[in-house]
Amino acid sequence: MSDHKDKVVVDHMDLYYDDFHALKDINLKMPEKEITAFIGPSGCGKSTLLKSLNRMNDLVEGCKITGKITIDGKDIYDKKVDVNQLRKRVGMVFQQPNPFDMSIYDNVAYGPRIHGIKNRSQLDQIVEKSLRGAGLWDEVKDRLKRNAIGVSGGQQQRICIARALAVEPDILLMDEPTSALDPISTAAIEDLAMELKENYTIVIVTHNMQQAVRISDRTAFFYLGEMVEYASTDQLFSNPQNPKTEEYITGRFG
Amino acid sequence: MNINRKGRVYMGEKNVHARSRVVDHFMTGVFYIVGGSAILLLLVLAGYIIVKGIKSYYPGVMGFTDSGIGNQLFNTIYLVVLSLIVSVPLGMAAGTYLSEYAKQGKLTEIITMSIEALSSLPSIVIGLFGYLVFILMTGAQSNLLAGAMVVTILSIPQITSTTRDALKALPDYYRTGSIGLGASTFQTIWHVLIPACIPRVVTGIILVAGRGFGEAAALLYTTGQSTIIDWSSWNLASSTCPLNPMRPGETLALHVWMMRTEGSMVQHSTEIANISSMILVIAVLIFNLAARLISARIVKKNRGA
Repeated sequence: MSDHKDKVVVDHMDLYYDDFHALKDINLKMPEKEITAFIGPSGCGKSTLLKSLNRMNDLVEGCKITGKITIDGKDIYDKKVDVNQLRKRVGMVFQQPNPFDMSIYDNVAYGPRIHGIKNRSQLDQIVEKSLRGAGLWDEVKDRLKRNAIGVSGGQQQRICIARALAVEPDILLMDEPTSALDPISTAAIEDLAMELKENYTIVIVTHNMQQAVRISDRTAFFYLGEMVEYASTDQLFSNPQNPKTEEYITGRFG
Repeated sequence: MNINRKGRVYMGEKNVHARSRVVDHFMTGVFYIVGGSAILLLLVLAGYIIVKGIKSYYPGVMGFTDSGIGNQLFNTIYLVVLSLIVSVPLGMAAGTYLSEYAKQGKLTEIITMSIEALSSLPSIVIGLFGYLVFILMTGAQSNLLAGAMVVTILSIPQITSTTRDALKALPDYYRTGSIGLGASTFQTIWHVLIPACIPRVVTGIILVAGRGFGEAAALLYTTGQSTIIDWSSWNLASSTCPLNPMRPGETLALHVWMMRTEGSMVQHSTEIANISSMILVIAVLIFNLAARLISARIVKKNRGA
């Protein structure tokens, strides 16, 4: 289906929150250096699946997973996996921009410092590279020491993206990254995602079907914890195979 | 109730609105008065003590000698410092455990309740406990360290609760942002969560330091009722060295009590008590201001410009 090899493979995966069966027998292969979108109505499990890819669900008490999720062929739930290293390779951007209450520089440098980089000039380089990668360098290069919370929502979200890029992940997970932002910031971040996919594998959860159409290469439609259909974006939206998919994308529910 | 022509039930809205406005104005006034009274009370109390103290001044009273109160002032500060050195790290660690590590459940609830109960125990009781453990059981003489440890026992529950509440009040996205970058739990706590709690924790520290400054009953049987310091002696083992915590170290608050009871036959006892009270009040105010200033500096440095 695609020239790129599979980066992330989800194999017969089920997820339970205590007794609630949140994800049912999910099978999915996401190619590298492409944007895969998860769409579906509220509560369908798309964010839950996303959070399983970097094991953020480990933080939720009562969450149990069966099945396998592999990245580059290695099972990420294996006992020997260092979960902190995993989260370095698989970065995440959240729905609400959540920069730390520190300067912009300290926000972006946080990840590298945590992972052991202390050298000042090295950090300077990483901060600049990440802010450029997030398309924010020119706007903030004279204000790096200013507090990160004092800037606009769109800029805060791009600081969070720069922060995630600073630890040099392979994969970037984005959980409805523009739903709290205005249309202009949304457009800026969508353009950014299109640029980033040249170097990163991106998985994006979105409520906004037009966004999925605009930026993603492949789209998976989820409903009530099941993956109903998964195809290239063009195909899913122009010629959906499953009636539920068609109902959703034509707006009959959701 | 009137039913007007359109058939809508009219519940005398005009009266209800007017009444609620009157109540609102009245209660606003009440809150201003209560708040103002609190400030006024502080000013009157502190003011009276300070003025009385100034009026009682006589030459030599501030000296670091046997007849002055300088030694007691030093003992008070030394005791507060010693107790903070132990109670702040321990209290913050316990509070961090309760907020970030302990699983929700019966055991955690029991621990939390026990700590809150500890903080309400009467200080004289803790003082006698300290006498039993730190003096009788060790065979030691009255010493400053024993008193500092009693104040530590009194302080730890407060710092634990303050730290725990401050951490719990932080929104979850502080944690998810850090963990999502691959930081460990400890790194998240150390670099993100604790710095965000500093102002609240400092408030807790000011409160327990205030306790240390003001404790008399709890220190009666531990630090001793007298103090002999030789400022030229810097041999830590000597019982007259100022920095040796194993020597008796009567504090200012105790001195006030002594001067008004058993020591009231001492010359100038009234003046000494007045001045000691004034110095205590000023010391607490200075500590408060200094702690706040340092806290604001640290927060400003963390937050960037």
